[in-house]
Amino acid sequence: MATVQDIEIRDSAARTAAALEDLQDMQGEKMVLNMGPSHPATHGVLRIVLELDGELITKAAPDVGFLHRGDEKIAENMTYTQFIPYTDRLDYLAPLANNVAYALAVEKLLGVHDKLPPRCQYIRVMCAELARISSHLLGLGAFAMDMGAVTVFLLTFTEREKIYNLCESLTGARLTTSYTRIGGVSRDLPPGWTDQCRKFLEEVIVNINECETLLTRNRIWVDRVRDLAVISKADAIDYGLSGPNLRGSGVEYDVRKAQPYLCYKDLDFDIPVGATGDCYDRYLVRMEEMRQSVRIIDQCLKKIPGGADNKTKEPINVDDGKITLPSKQKVLSSMEELIHQFMLVTEGVNCPPGEIYFGHENPKGELGFYINSKGGGTPYRMKIRSPSFVNLSIIPKIFPGCMMSDTVAILGSLDFVMGECDR
Amino acid sequence: MLTLDLANQLKAKFGDLISEPAQFRGEVTVKLADAQQIAEVCAFAKTKLGFNYLVDISSIDNYGEDPRWTLIYHLRNLANNAELRIKTDVSEEKSELPTVLGVWATSNWHEREIYDMMGIRFSGHPDLRRILMWEGYPYFPLRKDFPLAGKPTDVPDVAFTRVTPMEGGPFVTLPSSNDSIAREPRVRVPEDAEPGLSDKQLAKK
Repeated sequence: MATVQDIEIRDSAARTAAALEDLQDMQGEKMVLNMGPSHPATHGVLRIVLELDGELITKAAPDVGFLHRGDEKIAENMTYTQFIPYTDRLDYLAPLANNVAYALAVEKLLGVHDKLPPRCQYIRVMCAELARISSHLLGLGAFAMDMGAVTVFLLTFTEREKIYNLCESLTGARLTTSYTRIGGVSRDLPPGWTDQCRKFLEEVIVNINECETLLTRNRIWVDRVRDLAVISKADAIDYGLSGPNLRGSGVEYDVRKAQPYLCYKDLDFDIPVGATGDCYDRYLVRMEEMRQSVRIIDQCLKKIPGGADNKTKEPINVDDGKITLPSKQKVLSSMEELIHQFMLVTEGVNCPPGEIYFGHENPKGELGFYINSKGGGTPYRMKIRSPSFVNLSIIPKIFPGCMMSDTVAILGSLDFVMGECDR
Repeated sequence: MLTLDLANQLKAKFGDLISEPAQFRGEVTVKLADAQQIAEVCAFAKTKLGFNYLVDISSIDNYGEDPRWTLIYHLRNLANNAELRIKTDVSEEKSELPTVLGVWATSNWHEREIYDMMGIRFSGHPDLRRILMWEGYPYFPLRKDFPLAGKPTDVPDVAFTRVTPMEGGPFVTLPSSNDSIAREPRVRVPEDAEPGLSDKQLAKK
């Protein structure tokens, strides 16, 4: 006797649904992990909310603004000269470069940016390049330390100490330099500074080479940073990256070459670019940039008008009593200079109405100042285009698909400063 | 001049919407008459004129004038280093214009920042949240009617702000016997000989 048996045949849609359910059971739930704002690898107060599937990042949402001080608001409420110390606190790893960038922006508004005395231009270039070496050394040291290579950190910090000593003898301060003035610099090179600087260049290049031997062909280092967080050329441009992060992706753009300011067109240097746009390329670009900076400073020391001790009395400030402060001697003995001094201190440098944008190749990327003036000694609006802020905006794009342990490597390779990002 | 040519091409395409290119210190600025067209203009500038890099978006509060907001888009062509500035005005009642996120991905955070600081909204932006200030902060601090000293706020368990004492600080640069908030230069227009209106006076206007 035959029996009837029911056989359940599910349609394909139901089967797929069941299979997916099984898969999701296997994968488990996603976890949300909060990284920062106080985390040693976020190099400041950056918070990233990560969504993890096991160790794999599926979503990353950066949260910035913990260091917001309202610099743009402050700038509207003081004279142009008064704002110089605030620029020290933007990218506090390269205050000299910020000073130069800001002074050039205001000078562009005044229309004297191409009339700066040559000696002033050379001093400013040296400042900007010293700042670049200093910033890259820290970026490299911290990056390597996060990857477990503590030796590199010690080496780079030894060199940074020498840069701080140079800053100290040049500006009187190690960190908050406030060195530039509108239309010039606050003081000339002190006696013996060029020799000290030349000695530093000889020493730093040895140290950079040593770091290179420690890292570039190091199996552990290469395995951790190579092919990680690849940023394509198109993405780098689309997301507005600048500086070594843009060049690491193979875009040959450097403000110093594209729109030369100061005396950069008289100097010989190369722009290193990466090939693939991974963390390793960004590291290599920074290494080479430090060497190029050494090369630039070396040329400046040779070419600087007036030489080391300025025997020929080359000017370091724009010769315009309405822009730069007169000498103390003149203020005390001449009526006109006394009036200029009084007006500059109380009212500020009188800028014409108009608007300008000036972008400066800072160590972290393009630091830009947009100044809108309605005339007078204070800007009506000043917008700071900070490279770190723009560079960080690519995080939601490159983090997904990476492992949790890769976050510190990617953050290290992006090399940002929160003081500048949050302003 | 290369940038001027490109600016004129933009004008040829959009006609009266784009103003005559203005030059100052070697920079070229054009003004777009209708802010609602900003996305189309930017898309054209990117695809046809090669402005593939958005450097920055800034905003200005023209306090006391109409239209109140000005937005400034700073464009760059990486191939030939041409730079162009596009400005457009937005009225206070509207306070909204289309996002250019579809043109450049970098505008995401710039637009969030402008919303955070000035309170201008970008229609079509998928994630228009505050970025530098915290969620729940009630003011837009870069507006000219927001005093430098700040205003007291309190979001329990998140953050608070207090009014900062301004006397003796480096900010006050206008000679007058008014209080320090009234002496701030932030709302001063030099031609206008009526410096330093206090917040209450401003509110009445």
